[in-house]
Amino acid sequence: MSRSLKPVLLAGLAGLAILGTGPLIAQTAKPQAKAAAPAQAPAAKAPMLGLGRPALPEEIKAWDIAVRPDGKGLPPGKGTVKQGDEIFQAQCASCHGEFGQGNGRWPVLAGGVGSLTADRPEKTIGSFWPDLSTVYDYIRRAMPYGNAQSLSPDEIYALTAYLLYLNDIVKDEEFELSDKNFTSVKLPNAAAFYDDDRETTEKAFWGKEPCMKDCKAEVKITGRAAVLDVTPDSKSAPKVD
Amino acid sequence: MSSEPQAGPLSRRRFLGVAGAAGAGLAASTLPARAQAPTPDPLITEVQDWNRYLGEGVDKRPYGTPSRFEKHVMRRDVSWLTASPESSVNFTPLHELDGIITPSGLCFERHHGGIADIDPANHRLMIHGLVEKPLVFTMEDIKRMPRQNHVHFLECAANSGMEWRGAQLNGCQFTHGMVHNVMYTGVPLKLLLAEAGLKPNAKWLMLEGADSSGMNRSLPVMKALDDVLIAFAMNGEALRPEQGYPLRAVVPGWEGNIWVKWLRRIEVGDMPWQAREETSKYTDLLADGRSRRYTFIMDAKSVVTNPSPQAPLKHKGRNVLSGLAWSGRGTIKRVDVTLDGGKNWQSARIDGPVLDKSLTRFYVDFDWAGQDLLIQSRAMDSTGYVQPTKQELRKVRGANSIYHNNGIQTWHVKANGETENVEIA
Repeated sequence: MSRSLKPVLLAGLAGLAILGTGPLIAQTAKPQAKAAAPAQAPAAKAPMLGLGRPALPEEIKAWDIAVRPDGKGLPPGKGTVKQGDEIFQAQCASCHGEFGQGNGRWPVLAGGVGSLTADRPEKTIGSFWPDLSTVYDYIRRAMPYGNAQSLSPDEIYALTAYLLYLNDIVKDEEFELSDKNFTSVKLPNAAAFYDDDRETTEKAFWGKEPCMKDCKAEVKITGRAAVLDVTPDSKSAPKVD
Repeated sequence: MSSEPQAGPLSRRRFLGVAGAAGAGLAASTLPARAQAPTPDPLITEVQDWNRYLGEGVDKRPYGTPSRFEKHVMRRDVSWLTASPESSVNFTPLHELDGIITPSGLCFERHHGGIADIDPANHRLMIHGLVEKPLVFTMEDIKRMPRQNHVHFLECAANSGMEWRGAQLNGCQFTHGMVHNVMYTGVPLKLLLAEAGLKPNAKWLMLEGADSSGMNRSLPVMKALDDVLIAFAMNGEALRPEQGYPLRAVVPGWEGNIWVKWLRRIEVGDMPWQAREETSKYTDLLADGRSRRYTFIMDAKSVVTNPSPQAPLKHKGRNVLSGLAWSGRGTIKRVDVTLDGGKNWQSARIDGPVLDKSLTRFYVDFDWAGQDLLIQSRAMDSTGYVQPTKQELRKVRGANSIYHNNGIQTWHVKANGETENVEIA
């Protein structure tokens, strides 16, 4: 390396260290990184590489389709159960069934309330989903399957209202869902979710020194895949939950 | 040959003994007389076609593919698992692979709306929300940023999910093949976020794909600022279309679903979005009817890939047991293997790179006398986590949590070498 190039390279390395890249680079540039320590805060204020360009409001509006549980992201609009029924029969029932019961293997959207501790739980919007916002968000981004993002905000409000009706969460066919009353609707299973607690509830899986010799007297086979015979190439195919 | 004297009982026994000792799997019942005077191998004594005639020239395979004799090494699906092939999964043929790097064309696929077909010139990545300056990047912009290379496993949260209720599918491709391990090249997400400038109340990001499922997941900012890469290459070349070409998230150690493919938008917020893929799906129902959510990390896991149901034992005598271990919490420290259903264990030989949140290869070289084997492997990681049995997992979680099954797998090798997926007690 020529002497005259050195300062340029060092400056480059220092810049990288500020951004907190891999340990190798950070080590190489240690003295520089120390001087630049305050800039290590995650919320860096100024553009550092000058790449990318400002996103325009129209562009953000076009792509910003997510809806949160607090209602952030809901577009203005409204729709009734009755209107939703009509749209559902035209756009959704061929897969999900007239009443959201699911045709063939397509997802079941209604029913299953009280089945979550059963041997074969039925996890639907009414029995399992915690937030109504997810219904709106998911229809808006991904449904109908194969023709996503083709429904208007009002149509999605109507469909969401119909799904509430199919799940007995609203009883009135005249019920109208809108961006105004949306967050007042609560789903039955909302309180049944909690954050990952494996490090507490599965603490026993950590730190044990497992047995290596003469660990058990007897071993018996309790189940075999070949009995079920559902692996591809085998002849039968079972029903799937 | 018929004029040759018949071998007597004594010499026949001797032949069997010799053949057995040599470990040759030849049919002992045919022509025992041959054994007394072994015939030369024509593959050696006769000039073969490939030895005489010219092979194909360098211009025939501008992008090479495996030998025609390796056609069986391929991704496979299980058609009864899902309603539609566009929202479905297939499986990596783990039993045919070695080392730790998965060939790009064999990496399992999981799509929710099929494979998006995107010209990189038409791809955009937007970052907006709680940032100082919402930005749009082109692929050219992203490739001008400082990049890194990391090897990581990507495991579907549902890998082994069909096995919660017992032994179902007969092959490690199907029971464990929703995993792959490649070297990713990309830009640390924290560099992209620094360009936009996170606001102080930024706590969560939403990653969203450009595909027809609009796949979206909420990612804690802490993870994003730690080791998440926005990758454009795998195993040295551009991402494969089915792996998110031209751009995907790489979220080391975390469940595959959050590695959003065809990544086009990152919204910054102060709370999670509760998207379909973190409420209806990728939540883990426990026996009491409540569910864990945000179970991001994939715990330590291992599987013996050979022998396994698709790769039975073919020889008595010397054999190589081979397998994979991995942990979303760090590196693999040790893998123990039992051949007798857990009565006795030995620590396997780990060979090749031992990398953070990466597949790790292990071996046990052993002699097989033809007895029944009940083979298991048990991984331990750098945090002291020891891979549990399926019974231990079910005791905490029940049998309906679908995801995160990292229980110890058992293979039953029978006297004829045939191998089956079983559960033992």
